[in-house]
Amino acid sequence: MSENVIEARGLLKTYGEARAVDAIDLDIRRGEIFGLLGPNGAGKTTTILMMLGLTETSGGSVSVLGFDPVRQPLQVKRRVGYLPDAVGFYDHMTARENLIYTARLLDIPRRESNGRIMQALKSVALDDVADKRVATFSRGMRQRLGIAEIVMKKAEIAILDEPTSGLDPHATFELLEMIRGLKKAGVAVLLSSHLLDRVQSVCDRVALFNKGKIALMGTVVELANQVLGAGHPLLVEASGIDVAAALRGIEGVQQVLPAGEGAWRVVADRDVRAVVARNVVTAGGSLSRLSDLQPSLEEVYTHYFEGERHAA
Amino acid sequence: MQREGSPFTGIGPVFMKELSDHLTSIRMMVLTLFVIVFGAFPVASSLQTLRTVVSADAYLYLRIFTIEPQQVPISFISALNFIIPLMAIGLGFDSVNSEFNRRTLSRVLSQPIYRDALLLGKFLGGLMTLAVGLLALWLIVFGAGLLLLGIPPRGVEVARAFGFLVVAVFYGGVWLAIAMLFSVVFRSTATSALCALGLWLFFFILWPMIANALVLGFAPAEITSIDQYVGIQELAIALQRLSPGTLFSEALLGLLNPETRTLGFMLPTQMRGAIPNAPLPLDQSLLLIWPQVTGLIAGMIVVFSAAYVVFQREEVRA
Repeated sequence: MSENVIEARGLLKTYGEARAVDAIDLDIRRGEIFGLLGPNGAGKTTTILMMLGLTETSGGSVSVLGFDPVRQPLQVKRRVGYLPDAVGFYDHMTARENLIYTARLLDIPRRESNGRIMQALKSVALDDVADKRVATFSRGMRQRLGIAEIVMKKAEIAILDEPTSGLDPHATFELLEMIRGLKKAGVAVLLSSHLLDRVQSVCDRVALFNKGKIALMGTVVELANQVLGAGHPLLVEASGIDVAAALRGIEGVQQVLPAGEGAWRVVADRDVRAVVARNVVTAGGSLSRLSDLQPSLEEVYTHYFEGERHAA
Repeated sequence: MQREGSPFTGIGPVFMKELSDHLTSIRMMVLTLFVIVFGAFPVASSLQTLRTVVSADAYLYLRIFTIEPQQVPISFISALNFIIPLMAIGLGFDSVNSEFNRRTLSRVLSQPIYRDALLLGKFLGGLMTLAVGLLALWLIVFGAGLLLLGIPPRGVEVARAFGFLVVAVFYGGVWLAIAMLFSVVFRSTATSALCALGLWLFFFILWPMIANALVLGFAPAEITSIDQYVGIQELAIALQRLSPGTLFSEALLGLLNPETRTLGFMLPTQMRGAIPNAPLPLDQSLLLIWPQVTGLIAGMIVVFSAAYVVFQREEVRA
């Protein structure tokens, strides 16, 4: 039985007429990595700020570790670590001094804080630059310092807003490793992102935000089944013939959709690779690629929002 | 809805950080230089004047602050009247919006601290910095007086001069609160600095003229009674007192010129029986300036509350 660390029920945030967050229900379980996905302005950051009590709710309720962020923000903020989008530190102070300031705000006893700070800096591989001014840090180092702050805080929940945005692939990889490290330490991680393939690799569950509502929620595979349909999606690349026409007649094929120049997406309820290959070749086409697609979050995302646009 | 936990949680670390930031900053050095340059001239020349003019004066030390020397037609207190706002604005104009622009605000506010404590900690840190600076200046003036006049100050003079220091800190507090209000309202530090400096110039240059124009506008074409005349004079004074600088200089007048008996308008008939040029005892002087000091403190609290209200409603997201 997994225990919920964050429970939101009918959570609402309105700005005048506009509903930034429209009555969402959300549960985050202890020790999982949960991804909030969606386009910019879909309400991800607003949801996060309401969970931290940094912005007022317009309705509904949210409970974080059993505390109400509206009425007991100090209790919540003592136990939850937050890494804002493009986190800032005091440039004129060193990494260690920045963390000392946070430790003072957290009221960590001085004799304890030094050890905890060094340990946290070590866990994000910043211990050798602990006494360098933050002004000299790269973006990736700042994000890691933000993670160090959460580690030092011994937070039970880590909320990361776009942690990987603006990072190069290597720095992203390192950061995701650190996020996994948080999970290993038993911390529930809530992260928002639009870098879908990265998120897919770390998240246990995701929620897809759209216009303030949660459109889809579940594991990546569940979402794929919901949006892309169950079964075996294939990617076919061929030239010389009308591939769509050649494949439509095959038994079990549900959909043939164009997926770019000379490429088609085939959704079937069984493995139809052999038949597809035969049909293309016998029709006189040259088959250049035939691959079984793992459902990817990117596809779910694109597909879902394309469907939305058509519906609108 | 009631929120839990003390609004002052975390105020200590914020205060200490602000104080150390201010005291070690280059900006503070520039401001100190400013004050020394602007303050040293009047003090040096008034000491010069005091050394040459030999007269029995019971309040010799206080004259260092108040007399307008011949060489520089500005006294130390009028220089301070002008300079303290500049110092306060320099310390406060970017206190909140710079945190916002550096993106540290949401991170700091996600620690267990209320916005109240952050704002108050910043304000008190700035005020403390101001107080330290003024105290240093005050000690320098006293030291220079000791050296150049060669006689020690009397206790009552020290007490009055200390009162001056306290009033000066409150006066700086008003301007610090104003600067912080602008730093909360405007996201751009340049805009907030410009607005605060604009208000400062407005009160020093424009307001006396506007107040006069207003009085002329209200005044009847012909003054027929003494009551009417008194009414107009009182209106003029009341308008002038809307400027914190007026309150400051009136309070200093009462404190540093013990002969001052009134800060308002007075008819010659009301002066009947008074001994001219007889100094008031300290407690009477304090009573005299009490409304001015209260006005300064109230102004400081009102402006700070406005900043607080705006800050509470502000969105922390970028």
